[in-house]
Amino acid sequence: MNSRERILGRVRRALADVPGDEASYERAVARDYLREHGERTVEQTVDLLAENLADYRAIVHRCTADDLAATVAGILSARGTRTVLVPPGLDPGWLAAVEGAERVADRAESTPHELDGVDSVVTGCAVAIAETGTIVLDGGPDQGRRRVTLVPDHHICVVRVPEQVVSSVPQALERLDPVRPLTWISGPSATSDIELDRVEGVHGPRTLEVVLVGEV
Amino acid sequence: MSGTFVGMPAFPKAAHEAVGNTTLRGNLRHATHTIRAKRANAVAEVSDWAELREAGKRIKDHTLRHLDRYLEQVEESVVAAGGVVHWAADADEANRIVTHLVKMTGESEVVKVKSMATQEIGLNEALEAEGIHAYETDLAELIVQLGKDRPSHILVPAIHRNRGEIRDIFAREMGEWGRPAPEGLTDTPAELAEAARLHLREKFLRAKVGISGANFIVADTGTLVVVESEGNGRMCLTLPETLISVVGIEKIVPTWRDLEVFLQTLPRSSTAERMNPYTSTWTGTTDGDGPSTFHLVLLDNGRTDTLADEVGRQALRCIRCSACLNVCPVYERAGGHAYGSVYPGPIGAILSPQLRGTQSEIDASLPYASSLCGACYEVCPVAIDIPEVLVHLRERVVEGGPVTREGNRVVLKPAKGHATERAAMRAARWALGRPGALRTGQRLASRTRRLHPRALPGPGKAWSGTRDLPAVPAEPFRDWWQRTRGGKDGGQ
Ligand code: SF4
Repeated sequence: MNSRERILGRVRRALADVPGDEASYERAVARDYLREHGERTVEQTVDLLAENLADYRAIVHRCTADDLAATVAGILSARGTRTVLVPPGLDPGWLAAVEGAERVADRAESTPHELDGVDSVVTGCAVAIAETGTIVLDGGPDQGRRRVTLVPDHHICVVRVPEQVVSSVPQALERLDPVRPLTWISGPSATSDIELDRVEGVHGPRTLEVVLVGEV
Repeated sequence: MSGTFVGMPAFPKAAHEAVGNTTLRGNLRHATHTIRAKRANAVAEVSDWAELREAGKRIKDHTLRHLDRYLEQVEESVVAAGGVVHWAADADEANRIVTHLVKMTGESEVVKVKSMATQEIGLNEALEAEGIHAYETDLAELIVQLGKDRPSHILVPAIHRNRGEIRDIFAREMGEWGRPAPEGLTDTPAELAEAARLHLREKFLRAKVGISGANFIVADTGTLVVVESEGNGRMCLTLPETLISVVGIEKIVPTWRDLEVFLQTLPRSSTAERMNPYTSTWTGTTDGDGPSTFHLVLLDNGRTDTLADEVGRQALRCIRCSACLNVCPVYERAGGHAYGSVYPGPIGAILSPQLRGTQSEIDASLPYASSLCGACYEVCPVAIDIPEVLVHLRERVVEGGPVTREGNRVVLKPAKGHATERAAMRAARWALGRPGALRTGQRLASRTRRLHPRALPGPGKAWSGTRDLPAVPAEPFRDWWQRTRGGKDGGQ
C-alpha cells in the first residue's frame, strides 16, 4: 500500500463516527460576520485607506491624474534614484516627467543579482483594502513578476482611487483571481523578532510609497 | 514521530529550571505582556469578532470531518495547476521525500522560510545528514540557528533572547555561515535587522531551492498561502527555481472564500496587526514568474491519529497564531523549551501528546502543564476548547483506554505507578502550586469574556467565573488527585 492510500485509509477510519448525511459545506459554515465594518462614503473609504497605509509606515501621496507624472518624478528625485525598474505594461505616461533616472526593464533572463542593483520600482496594483491598509499585486502587466517588487529597496505603488479601493478583506477576495500569484502588502517589510520592537525593513523593500491617484 | 527533543526532561523539571533563569523570565514576561495588550486592541477593532471566530471554527471542523474528500480535491487542484503532490505518512518519509527532491536538483543548499511542520519532522537535521545545508531565513529562526538553540515560541521563536544576546550571537557566528556581521555591530534592533538583511541576501540571490510550509491550502483552487512579516517568505517562494512545501494535512480550507475569515483573524491574533506586512498566495506554477517546479508534500505524522479522537481532534483546527501562548500564566513562567516540542504553550500541551502519544514522560506530563484557567480558549480564534482536551488527555494518562497510534487501535494501560504518572503528578503540582500565576490568567480571561457567549469552556462550565482561584474542576482529574494525594511523591 502506498502512503497516499495509507493516509486516506487512516482518515476514513478516524472519521467512522461522522454520519454520512452530515450538513453540506454551505449549511455547516455560518457566515454571520460582516462584509465590511461600518458605513462610509467613497471619500471616507479612500481616506481610511490613506490613514491605515500611513499607520503601518507606508508614505502616502495623493494627486489627480494630471499630476501623477510630476508626483512620481518628484518621489524618485527626492530619493536620489538613478535606476528605476519598470514592469512591461506600465503606462508610459506615469514616468513621462522622470529625468535623470535610467529605466530598467525586467527581462526574463535578468538575474536576481542584477535586480539587486536597481534603486526603485514603480508599479500599479490589483486592489487596495481600506480597513487593513493593504495593497494587493496580482502580477498584471503594470505590476510585473513578483520579484520586481521584492528585490529593490524602494517600491512606489500607484493606486487608482476610488476604482481600485474596496473596504474589506471579503470584498478584496471577491475581486481577485486565485490562479494568479498574489502578494498582499501592508506597509514595508518589518520584524518584531527582537524584543517585539517593530523594525521596518528586513528583506523586502524598506521604503514603500503609495500614490493614490484620482479625483476623490 | 521524530524531531522530538530526545532526552528532554519532563515538563515540571524543565519548567523548574526555566523559572530559575531570570533573564529568560524577564524576556518572556516583557514579550508576552506587550503582545497581549496589543492583541486585545486589534481584536476590539472588529465588531464581529465572535462571528468570525465561529465561522473559522466551523470551516475547520467541517473540513476535518470530510478530510478524505478535501485531501483528494487538493491533490487534483494542485496537479491541475502544474504542481507535484507527495504523501508522507510520517516524519521519516517526509524527510526522505524532500531530501530526494533536493538531490534531484543537484543543489547542496536550500533556503527555508519558517515552518512548524519542517521543525516537527526535523528536516534540517535530515538534510544535513545528507550533506545539504538548510538556511533558516526568518530573523528569529536565524537567531535560533546561529545560537545552536531551540525555538521557544511559535511566532517569535527567539522570544527568550534579548538584544544583547542576539548581538553576541551575530558577531560570533555569522562569519561561520556566510557573510560576517558588520564591524562594530551594536544591539539596536535596526542594526541587528540590517546585519541579518546583508547576511541572508547573498543566500537568497543565489538560492536554487526554497522550502516552505503553508498557513492554508485552498482545496477548490489548489492555492497555498503563506502569511509573514519580513519578506524572507517572499524571497524563498519567488526567487528559487524549485519550491518544496511541506504542509500538515490539517491546513486545508475548502474554498477561496474561506480565506476572508482567516486573513482577518490570523494577523490580529498573532502579531496583533490589522494585517501582516506580506501574504503570498500561489497556485501551482506560473509561466515566467517564480519557481518553475513546485512540490507539495502532504504530511500526516500523527495527525490522523489525532483525528481519530473525537474530543482531541479539535486541536487540528489550530492556525498557529500563538495567542494562547501569550495569555498562558504557565507558559509565561515556564518558557517554551519546557514543553519539549516545537509546539509550546497550551496548544503544545494538547497537540504534542496526541501527535506523539503519551508513552514518554514529557508527553504524559504535558496535559498537566496547565492550571485550566481557560484564558487560552478565550483568545483562540478557532475556539479550541483547550481545557476540555487537557482534561480528556489527563484521563487517558491516568486511566488508559483505546487510542489510535499510526493508524492502529491500541489500548493504553493506566499510567499508575509508572514514571509517566510521577511526571504528570509533578507537573500538576507545579502548575497548581502557583496561585499568583493563576490569578493573572483569571483576570485576563474575565477581561475578554464579553467577546464570547460562554462563560468558561469544558471543565470550567461547572464553576463560576467569579472565583479567584480555579478549583480542581473535572471529575476524572479529581478522582486521580484523591487517589494519589500523599502518594509517593508527597503531593498535596
Ligand atoms: S490553539 Fe488557538 S490560540 Fe493557540 S495557536 Fe492554535 S489557533 Fe492560536
